[in-house]
Parts: sequence; C-alpha cells; structure tokens
Amino acid sequence: MRNGNAKAINGNAKRCFKLMIVDDSNLMRRRIERSQQFEDLQLVGTAGNGLEALELFKKTDPDVVTMDITMPRMDGIECIGQLVALKPAVRILVISALADKATAVEAMERGANGFLEKPFTDRQLNEAIAELMR
Amino acid sequence: MLHEQELKTFVEGTTNFFEVTAQQPASIGSPYLMEGSPAVHEYTGVINISGKREGAVYFTAPKAMLTVLLMKMQENDFSHETMRDLVGEVANMISGNARRDFGRDFVISVPSVLSGEKPQIRHKPGMRSFIIPINWRSHSAKLIVALT
Repeated sequence: MRNGNAKAINGNAKRCFKLMIVDDSNLMRRRIERSQQFEDLQLVGTAGNGLEALELFKKTDPDVVTMDITMPRMDGIECIGQLVALKPAVRILVISALADKATAVEAMERGANGFLEKPFTDRQLNEAIAELMR
Repeated sequence: MLHEQELKTFVEGTTNFFEVTAQQPASIGSPYLMEGSPAVHEYTGVINISGKREGAVYFTAPKAMLTVLLMKMQENDFSHETMRDLVGEVANMISGNARRDFGRDFVISVPSVLSGEKPQIRHKPGMRSFIIPINWRSHSAKLIVALT
C-alpha cells in the first residue's frame, strides 16, 4: 500500500492513510466523516456515486474507501471492481443497508475487504475501519 | 393478504434505525387498516415493491421529529435536503431488511422521497393499507404498508 503524507506523532513517524467516503446521502457522508476517530486517517474527498468516486480516486489516490452500494449512475459493486483494478492495494469497507448475503459476497468477490451494515453505531464504524487498516 | 412476518420485517427495519442511530428505541402504536390514500407528513421515504407482492411501503415523518432525530445523530445541518436524506435512509433500511428476509421473491426499488407542505400518495381504488404508528419521544411517524 502506498503511503500518504507521513506525520510525526510522539516522536514516531506514523503512516497517514488517505480516506475517501462514497455514499449518495450527504447525511451519511457527514456521519461517517464525523464518527471516524482515527488520527492517522485523513479525509481526501467524498463522492455521491460510483462515477464521481472513480474521478476523485484518480485525483486523490486514497488508501481507504468507504463505499455505499445503492447509488445512482454507477452502483458500489461496479465501482469497487474499477477501484481495485486501478489500485489493487486499496482497502474498501462497504457500508450498506443491503444486508443480504448475496450482496456481501458479490462485494467481496469484486475486491471489498469488509462489510458494515446500516444502521451502525460509531463504535461499529470505528471497529470496522480498524479491522480494515490492520 | 399480508403475513404477520412480512409486516414485522418492515417494522423492524424502521425501529432498528431509531434504536441504533439515535440510541433511543421507538415504540409501535396500534396498527390499523384503511382504504384509499392515507395522509402523509412533510417527509416520506418510499420503496416500491413488485414480484410476489405489488405496491409500496412508506415511512412518513413530521419535520419536528426529523429535527430531533438529526440532533441525536449530532448532525448540525437541518436543511430540507438533509431531512429528505434522512427519510431516504430510513426507507433504505426498510429495503435492506426486506431484501434480507424475502430474498428474490420481492423486487424492491431504490428508495425515493416525497416532500413538501402537502405531499400526497395515490393508491388504486379499493387498495387497503396497513398503518403502523411509530412513536419516538413525543413524536409520531407512520409506516404505511400498501401491498397486494
């Protein structure tokens, strides 16, 4: 995985990961941004659908992506495949209300690394992101 | 005729949102049946259903309830768009629950949102809806299940 900007914390050089949030709901994008509590995760951008996400991904080269599934123009499943093709090491957490197994399996097969069901608590979100960055 | 388990799936999709997101559970009022087009509040999230059943499920809530819900979510944008996003998200949860429980027997649309001072939903003549009051704090919303 390519490093983002390094910053020194407590005298130790610490890797800083770049985060992109993809969800068609402004409300959910802000919720994820507000709730994530990782000092070493820097938000580089948000997108409202898969096509916007692809464009933003090429410009900002994020390391970690949270991805909704049901979105207009290009859904999360298709977008995951395209992001992984651009950068195989990207870590993708699907955050979706589509809780059926088939959706989760399809997302994982396309290259997602984790699945968090909506609705979620702050704690669940942070645990899922921590797992992703491990 | 709707089965009790089907109604339960829609209700749980709604109440789960309050319990997890606002950390405060909602309670269910006495459900009732009505014929014709039920009245809705200012904001309504809609999922259309086809396949084994035909019709729609609505979550409709007053602005005052959504405002308090947003506050509980630590949100500080109370704009019209955010209210629409919120009912859309509740509809999204209902849709997710239905897909999980009913599988491919139900074809469920991407949620849409109705809003405005007096939005209306129109049902076919003779169509009956289950109305389930969703009570949270001092506010009341409705889950409307109109399926044949």
